[in-house]
Amino acid sequence: MSSQRESNETPETPGRGEFGKSTRRTFLSRLGMASLLASAGPIGSALGERPQTEQSLSPESKDAIPVTLHVNGKKYDLRIDPRTTLLDCLREHLHLTGSKKGCDHGQCGACTVHINERRVNSCLCFAAMYQDDDITTIEGLGQPENLHPLQAAFVTHDAYQCGYCTSGQIMSAAALLKEPCGPDDAEVKEFMSGNICRCGAYQNIVNAIQSVRQNGKTPKPA
Amino acid sequence: MKTFELTRANENAQAVSVAAKATTAQQGADIRFIAGGTTLIDLMKLNVETPQKLIDINHLPIAKIENLPGGGLTIGAMVRNSDLAYHPIVRRNYAVLSEALLSGASAQLRNMATTGGNLLQRTRCMYFRDTATPCNKREPGSGCAAITGVNRSLAILGTSEHCIATNPSDMNVALAALEATIHIRGTKGDRTVTIGDFHLLPGNTPHRETVLEPGDLITHVTLPPPALGSRSLYLKLRDRASYEFALASAAVVITVAAGKITRARIALGGVGTKPWRSTEAENELTNQPATQAVFQKAANAALRNAKPQSQNGFKVELANRCLVHALKLATQNA
Repeated sequence: MSSQRESNETPETPGRGEFGKSTRRTFLSRLGMASLLASAGPIGSALGERPQTEQSLSPESKDAIPVTLHVNGKKYDLRIDPRTTLLDCLREHLHLTGSKKGCDHGQCGACTVHINERRVNSCLCFAAMYQDDDITTIEGLGQPENLHPLQAAFVTHDAYQCGYCTSGQIMSAAALLKEPCGPDDAEVKEFMSGNICRCGAYQNIVNAIQSVRQNGKTPKPA
Repeated sequence: MKTFELTRANENAQAVSVAAKATTAQQGADIRFIAGGTTLIDLMKLNVETPQKLIDINHLPIAKIENLPGGGLTIGAMVRNSDLAYHPIVRRNYAVLSEALLSGASAQLRNMATTGGNLLQRTRCMYFRDTATPCNKREPGSGCAAITGVNRSLAILGTSEHCIATNPSDMNVALAALEATIHIRGTKGDRTVTIGDFHLLPGNTPHRETVLEPGDLITHVTLPPPALGSRSLYLKLRDRASYEFALASAAVVITVAAGKITRARIALGGVGTKPWRSTEAENELTNQPATQAVFQKAANAALRNAKPQSQNGFKVELANRCLVHALKLATQNA
């Protein structure tokens, strides 16, 4: 695993549940750590030390290189293998798990993030190539207590079922708001075609996006 | 994915000198430039591409679109597909290029993919992408699994008994109809290659796709001034309405004066092993009236030498109708 250091020494630890509560993800990660430590023996004393539970369990690659990333306004100094995609770096090293891995080949859009305010497939980026850039993930777009209008609209319009593609859909839609997209639903569908929804919530996704484009603020259901 | 060393080039000459140490610039290259990464990283994940060194060229000063003196346009190799597609001069003077770019991939991929990278886009032939199957393009001499396999999406023009892989690019088809010139910096200096000469037919060497040699860096692409009074468009037919490769496409640049076609440039996509310029179709159109009958003769000429495989015979008719319809749309109200 990479050693990770936030240079501004913010007390907030990435991956920790909102408001300090345990989440499904932190619970499962601690469970995994506990079982590993139980079998590892000598380092069992580390059990319970908080920072350990937030670290990836994979050892640092022998090819690791120093990489500095700027994500959601924070600077991160890391050591990662050059093969690490931006998506894997966000999820596995920075614990920003909102961006999802679907196809891992740039075909589904679940991994969509913004680099310098443009939407890209983070699964087709090597993280080490984006050290001078401003990266924004779904975590940087809005927070539970302060939703981006699109996040609120997706809730209002029931624009998801399983939710796996949702962060990618919203990151794409947020970029679309600044792109030369025509007013019609057909145009929105064309601009959103790089984001696949296996549940087929497409019409509600279009409705959510259109409501934000038409109102410029949190919409009512159609 | 195999491990690699990542380096960054800040000047063209530096990029060329590092890349010149490669054994080849074609399939199997041990040193690769990386730009948008949309093809290369995809293929590295599949172990189809296994470079030992990557040269990040995203910081090279070759990312501008500029007017050329005397008309025409120069497009830096690092210009992103979305920036090129939405550029006001491209939309106004080279509509076929804007339309081709916007018909390809997704908004995310177009933000990443570059002009130079799109010229080098690799085939979507599933056997090329699957290292468990034979493929002469990926592994010379291993055979072609596509000819006896699933070949519905593959080429009907320019094929050989060794390879029937389609060139998947839409941009390249538009550049063929616009008679673009590719500008290359290599170890011996700068040179230019026409778009028609840039891509190679598979023949006996399907692993060689372009004229590029080790160290060669595409720096920019130039377009001649738009022909006076010409119209252009790109028509793409595919299995889905969006985000899908062409089964057949047509790029048309045509000038009609007083009902007569005075100049035509035609290229087909989705059907050729390279971007398929059809001078046969152009000859049938030039100095003829802009009528359905003439369009049909041109399309017949373009597909005359088509060689369908077991599953893609439909492409002959599809490409024919695609071109006829594109010509009709391009000459409406002319």
